[in-house]
Amino acid sequence: MSIDVRGVSKQFGQFTALQDISLTVPSGELVALLGPSGCGKTTLLRIIAGLESPDSGEILFNGQNARQNVQERQVGFVFQHYALFRHMTVFDNIAFGLTVKPRSSRPSKEKIRSRVRELLSLIQLENIADRYPSQLSGGQRQRVALARALAVEPQVLLLDEPFGALDAQVRIELRRWLRRLHDEIHVTSVFVTHDQEEALEVADRIVVMNKGKIEQQGTPDEVYERPATPFVFNFLGNVNLFHGRVHQGQASLGGFAVSSPDHAETNDSPAVGYVRSHDIELERTAADDTSFTVTVRSIHPVGPVVRIALVTTTEGTSLEAEISRDLADRLQLKIDETVYARPRRVHLFVEDYQI
Amino acid sequence: MKPTRKNNVLPGFGLTLGYTIFYLSIIVLIPLTALLFKTATLTWADFVATVTSPRVTASFRLTFGAAIGAAFVNAFWGTLVAWVLVRYRFPGRKLVDSLVDLPFALPTAVAGITLATVYSANGWLGKYLEPLGVKVAFTPLGIMVAMVFIGLPFVVRTVQPVLEELEPEIEEAAACLGANRWQTIARILLPAVTPAIITGFALAFARGVGEYGSIIFIAGNMPMKSEITPLLIITKLEQYDYAGATAIATVMLAISFLMLLVINLLQKWTRRYTA
Repeated sequence: MSIDVRGVSKQFGQFTALQDISLTVPSGELVALLGPSGCGKTTLLRIIAGLESPDSGEILFNGQNARQNVQERQVGFVFQHYALFRHMTVFDNIAFGLTVKPRSSRPSKEKIRSRVRELLSLIQLENIADRYPSQLSGGQRQRVALARALAVEPQVLLLDEPFGALDAQVRIELRRWLRRLHDEIHVTSVFVTHDQEEALEVADRIVVMNKGKIEQQGTPDEVYERPATPFVFNFLGNVNLFHGRVHQGQASLGGFAVSSPDHAETNDSPAVGYVRSHDIELERTAADDTSFTVTVRSIHPVGPVVRIALVTTTEGTSLEAEISRDLADRLQLKIDETVYARPRRVHLFVEDYQI
Repeated sequence: MKPTRKNNVLPGFGLTLGYTIFYLSIIVLIPLTALLFKTATLTWADFVATVTSPRVTASFRLTFGAAIGAAFVNAFWGTLVAWVLVRYRFPGRKLVDSLVDLPFALPTAVAGITLATVYSANGWLGKYLEPLGVKVAFTPLGIMVAMVFIGLPFVVRTVQPVLEELEPEIEEAAACLGANRWQTIARILLPAVTPAIITGFALAFARGVGEYGSIIFIAGNMPMKSEITPLLIITKLEQYDYAGATAIATVMLAISFLMLLVINLLQKWTRRYTA
């Protein structure tokens, strides 16, 4: 079941949550809506679910208008805080969607039981059918919530920050499990997240949103390797900015030069170079004119990498470099020492004159 | 200080527990014990004769029956009032919210006189009910009306915070799973607030059983028909039959205690899902 979002806008009072959003989710894909809080991603998800109605635009499932009310739309929705029914056992929670079906289409008690057993084994929690939600851990609760949503065989599965309330390790475990689960059952799924790592790891496609608009959509590689806008670049990973000018394919950015064939037609325009912190190389000797001198301000080892705060000697702008522990051991950097930095990859965005 | 003693962050367990017991003793246990001692001055035969006399048993039936009836009425309408106050925003909501507490504040005698006036044959409401054959004032129905009046705040005030805490996502989850409004109310919302409704029910019931002031004005107080137990106790006291009065009170106390115990157990059962 594919999902089409066509020209959807939504306003909450003076606040514009969504502005003319159009989006296609192909059947069987796992798509992430990624963006900072307040960007409208949850609103979009709720509109797809039918929990919220758009001011304008429409939602199509398989090319046809989705049912108006949420009860008939056949979506599975997983909430950030699980929204399990506290007074029901795990079994009753999962069975709920089946037991509220109209008598004519309701499965028999045995069928419901076997379906719930099936789902319990899918979420690897066969032994806790008789427990109440309050007796489960966060990760278990979210898996039960997922099983409950899947019980009614929804056309699409929508997950609102499904791992947001879990601690770091459970989060990573559960998102990998979700990926494997999706590979097994192939239900068209959309999940909302503000965690770029989560989106990059789990999703088939990522839709990056900001201020009620879509900034870019594409595969994780596409949005990471070829960010369409400065916002996407900023949002996916740590980044350093270099202000300068670009002229006929040659950019000079505060102390170093870089060639940019994409901008061969540009004549002397202000430009900003974006360099990810792990794309900054540190050396003791200058290689060529792409290197520039920097002063080490502080050194923070973080697990396998070492983050180094730097200041350029010419312009005094702050930078952050991320190098491996091996390299850090070899360089033996000291605070206030001057070394050479060389950006390995620079993404250049020519600044808009209108602003 | 013994080395095995467990250290709490907040000290003073001994002091506070001691104070609690001391306080409960003075306020509750000692007066109730005195009641039992006074009753014990009767012989067993006299005791049984007093509490099983037709006039006394009729008053028990009336008092507990009306109190249970009123508690049910309050459980239903009180929950509805709480629902409206929590779920909807309308002009004057704060006013309605404050009105709910009025039965707490009003002297019960004032409430009784007001109710009796309004529901009597030529009162504001009574004159419309009378032609329909419904007599409220000076009948057992009137007693229930008074008990409903004084018991209303208990249910509203216990259910309201629980309703406020229910996450809207619970209802959205039910809707996504295909449940219609009625199924959501019956299977999701009601079970979630049931423990609170039972608490409110118990409080309203207990209040109704013990109510005196407002009822005597509207009840008519006819022996065997509309005479409540507290009034009977007062009557005995006025006749200097102290032991008889305490005997009736003892039975009332025992029944009330039993019923509250049952209600508490029932409530525990409805809350079995909390860890």
